[in-house]
Amino acid sequence: MIPAGFDYHRPAELDAAIGLLQEHGDEARVIAGGHSLVPMMKLRMAVLSHLVDLRDIPDLQGIEFGADSISLGAMVTQHELIAHAGLAEAVPLLREAALQIADPQVRYLGTLGGNVANGDPGNDMPGLMQCLDATYKVTGPDGSRQIRARDFYESAYFTARSDDEILTRITVPIPAAGTGYAYEKQKRKIGDYATAAAAVLVGEGSASIAMTNLADVPVWSAEAGAALAAGDREGAVSAALAAIDPQEDMRGPVEFKRHVAGVVLRRAIARALSRVAG
Amino acid sequence: MSKMHVKLTVNGTAVEGLAEPRTLLIHFLRESLGVTGPHVGCETSHCGACTVDMDGRSVKSCTVFVAQAQGADVTTVEGLVNADGSLSVLQEMFREHHGLQCGFCTPGMITRAHRLLQENPTPTEEEVRFGMAGNLCRCTGYQNIVKAILAAADVMNAQKEAAE
Repeated sequence: MIPAGFDYHRPAELDAAIGLLQEHGDEARVIAGGHSLVPMMKLRMAVLSHLVDLRDIPDLQGIEFGADSISLGAMVTQHELIAHAGLAEAVPLLREAALQIADPQVRYLGTLGGNVANGDPGNDMPGLMQCLDATYKVTGPDGSRQIRARDFYESAYFTARSDDEILTRITVPIPAAGTGYAYEKQKRKIGDYATAAAAVLVGEGSASIAMTNLADVPVWSAEAGAALAAGDREGAVSAALAAIDPQEDMRGPVEFKRHVAGVVLRRAIARALSRVAG
Repeated sequence: MSKMHVKLTVNGTAVEGLAEPRTLLIHFLRESLGVTGPHVGCETSHCGACTVDMDGRSVKSCTVFVAQAQGADVTTVEGLVNADGSLSVLQEMFREHHGLQCGFCTPGMITRAHRLLQENPTPTEEEVRFGMAGNLCRCTGYQNIVKAILAAADVMNAQKEAAE
């Protein structure tokens, strides 16, 4: 379980990190918490010559509240998300989901940015960010651009981010007061990826539904959200299940995954509705 | 892939050594420094036997490159004993409540439980189980580990009150 050798870089500025990516191209990767990348390197499924550690770059840190949105640094850890009282009050869905990711040790180091940027269909935050209609800021040699989470994922491990860009911040709109929310995840054991998971937001005349690990990208369904916003629960479930495309793997055959997807989504909808206030 | 000059603090002592950046923290601790409290269990970030405290966070040292730990303050189970070398309350409670059988997972359990109690001095049983979910034990069935941690919380809180 020893990875191939690499040169380690720990730049203190974003420009320096981007410069390293330009200089070394395919040979370089950034590392945040490392809890996806280090295991892949140990298995030698990821082999690279230059590792660019983002931990010392100030632009990627911190949780900043705006009038109607929150800016989260890509290096904010799951543990920091969970522990932040203001965040738990403004977007309780984030905390509910983060608590279901991996285990305590992994959450101390695993970051929000790594979770959303990696493009692994098993990660929970991409679907959650689509549900919340978050926007990612990526910065590269030509400057910065904003990409909606709903437009970011192309296929497993392929995203709209270019190789020489770094995902630096995530902007999450603050849901209206009284919005019901739920993140429901079925997993075989602590630390496993979801067999199926569902994120639901529902408020006065609006709703948003996204699902995790049921296709090679997270699945946000506009039809499902519209149905739930109109009060049609089963219509929402049907629309979401029509949008998923699960594959058979060690978590079960396709039929089973479709079944579990329906179960978690119905539970998430019920819990979100029970939390609608005002 | 040249070696790097690694400097960190382990159990309160500044240490340094040469290591390739790809060296895992667990191997640096055990093989370069001879700190063998943290164990190599699964080596795949599941079992938690390699848990150490790094800058106030419980981490699985099989999933951290020594390069990432450059400059860090690391505490292992060896560093949790009292100043006079006697067992800490938490360690003593693991002994008293039979929180171990073979003992292989114990350093990770105790190091993780230490941080859990630092963050939450009065945990419920459910909070202990949730907070210890990253550590696997194949002997005890966890019951006595949970008992030991809850007992340690009680003793530590009583000591704190007595001191006030």
